[in-house]
Amino acid sequence: MDKKARIPETEDGTVLFDVDPIIVKHHYEIDYLHSYAQDSPFFAGLAAKKLLGSRCPACSITYATPRGHCMECGGATEWVELPQAGRVHTFTTCFFGGEAFLDETPFTLILVEFDGIDTLFLSRLAGVEPDEVRIGLPVRARFLRNSKFKPTDVYFIPA
Amino acid sequence: MRPVYMISGGITRFAKAHPEKDFRWMVKEAFDYALADVPALDRRQIDGSVCSYFSDHFTRQLMAGAMVQDYLGLNPRPSRRIEGGGATGGLCFQAAWEAVASGRMELCLAMGFETMSRVNTWKGNEFIAMASDTNFDYPVGGFYTGYYAMMVQRHMHEFGTTVEQMARVAVKNHANARHNPYAQRPARLSVEDVRSAPMVATPLTLLDCCQMSDGAAVALIASAAMAEKLGATPVRITGVGCGTDAMRMADRPHGRVPLLPHEREADYVRLSYPGVHSFRAGRTAAALAYRMAGISEPGRELDFVELHDAYTSSEIQTCEDLGLCRYGEGGRFVESGAPYLTNVDYGLTFSGDQRWPYLPVNPSGGLLACGHPVGATGLMQAVFGFWQLQGTIERHLGDGTLQLPGPKRGLIHSHAGTGTYITVSILERA
Repeated sequence: MDKKARIPETEDGTVLFDVDPIIVKHHYEIDYLHSYAQDSPFFAGLAAKKLLGSRCPACSITYATPRGHCMECGGATEWVELPQAGRVHTFTTCFFGGEAFLDETPFTLILVEFDGIDTLFLSRLAGVEPDEVRIGLPVRARFLRNSKFKPTDVYFIPA
Repeated sequence: MRPVYMISGGITRFAKAHPEKDFRWMVKEAFDYALADVPALDRRQIDGSVCSYFSDHFTRQLMAGAMVQDYLGLNPRPSRRIEGGGATGGLCFQAAWEAVASGRMELCLAMGFETMSRVNTWKGNEFIAMASDTNFDYPVGGFYTGYYAMMVQRHMHEFGTTVEQMARVAVKNHANARHNPYAQRPARLSVEDVRSAPMVATPLTLLDCCQMSDGAAVALIASAAMAEKLGATPVRITGVGCGTDAMRMADRPHGRVPLLPHEREADYVRLSYPGVHSFRAGRTAAALAYRMAGISEPGRELDFVELHDAYTSSEIQTCEDLGLCRYGEGGRFVESGAPYLTNVDYGLTFSGDQRWPYLPVNPSGGLLACGHPVGATGLMQAVFGFWQLQGTIERHLGDGTLQLPGPKRGLIHSHAGTGTYITVSILERA
């Protein structure tokens, strides 16, 4: 036993915002090992400049945003290639946002509708001023040259 | 199932930040208020609790509900956490109803809180956006105001809803809140004030959106025998309903409207539903709650509605889901003046359209003006609804302006995600 034991101290200190009550800065950061699992082929498709959706062979529903199993019957879906041109179903231009996207404001979000596809696809619209975007505007997909394996690997521009 | 009653409620003042109290003490403050309101009630008579809070990120503490249970001195009785995004509070209320209706408990505490001030607003927006699909939606620019802005753009396109009609909702709710000392942002506003506020996501301005808040609320839910034993002035919970929809609004079907008893197929021949303009989960929750409560014409059989107006647009959309007016009429319903209190001066003129009877919506000020500490919000609505039906608004608020004359039946509505979980509960004077 060491009766003079000391735990070594560090000099990193604490960021203090207030003393009554005491408010300190607490840092928190995580790296996840995130698997896209059954959605993986969609992201691989983006790297190959393809937009993949899901089709339920039993219900004949084609989903513009992929899902491994059908929302209506629960059956397994098949991968299908979506058209790369569609129309703006709805839109907004964000002037504020979450911290991760603040630097990118203002940006325009759209839901894209495709002929013959039953559901919509969320994406960004580039190349238009906020007052130029409208429902029904024809748009086409454009892909990042170097894929980041994120849904933002594809975005839309006026067709 | 046996009859279930709410016998007391309590809330803290909702504020941007309450750094002087942690979540445990905030809940205790609301709890002590609710206990004091039923003098015969002893804490030991509470059989257990359900606790609602939305985000572990905001709390930076897992099992925070267990810490509240501990702080209130309710150990070792049963408790569990209820979580479902923005509808967390409404789900918690219904979980307490279930505990009593099933006979598992005679007296159940529903308690909820959120401490959103622990991060800045931008980080808070990010936490909230984590409640959207993190593979497909969040990374594209995850921002709930953006999602709701897209939904209302489509509502405007389908139905001709205007930004001025939306602004009128903000005027109403902020003006009502001037008589509610628990509210975070009471204000006398004009339509022009709302439209000239900073644009957040077109067409929603800062005043079309609720704020982030710290706060807590509780509701005590009891059996008939317990309510009688305690000599409380109970309010009966006569209907509960809950609905769900796809997490990603892009996945919503474009099909047919599930009709309420007072609607006809012919009302909606060309409407593709719900698309992104309406909330199928809200319609489902309402239909279930109305059926249980025996309501066939909600616009005429309800005396007030406290609904989840996180955005002015979602109040308009929700009035339609609840069948207070038909789909597409929400904007004109607001313009008619039907949902405005007759004894509050809003500085507005109304169309006077007589299609809809007088039915105050969000007399408390709603989320827009009271604030939205997520886990507490649905319980706050229960507390305001309970006080309305008890006729005790003046005693609890120190101002009787918001007290409706002898209301018999009210509706509370709690809403998550882009309409992903929605609850509707019906409260009636016993």
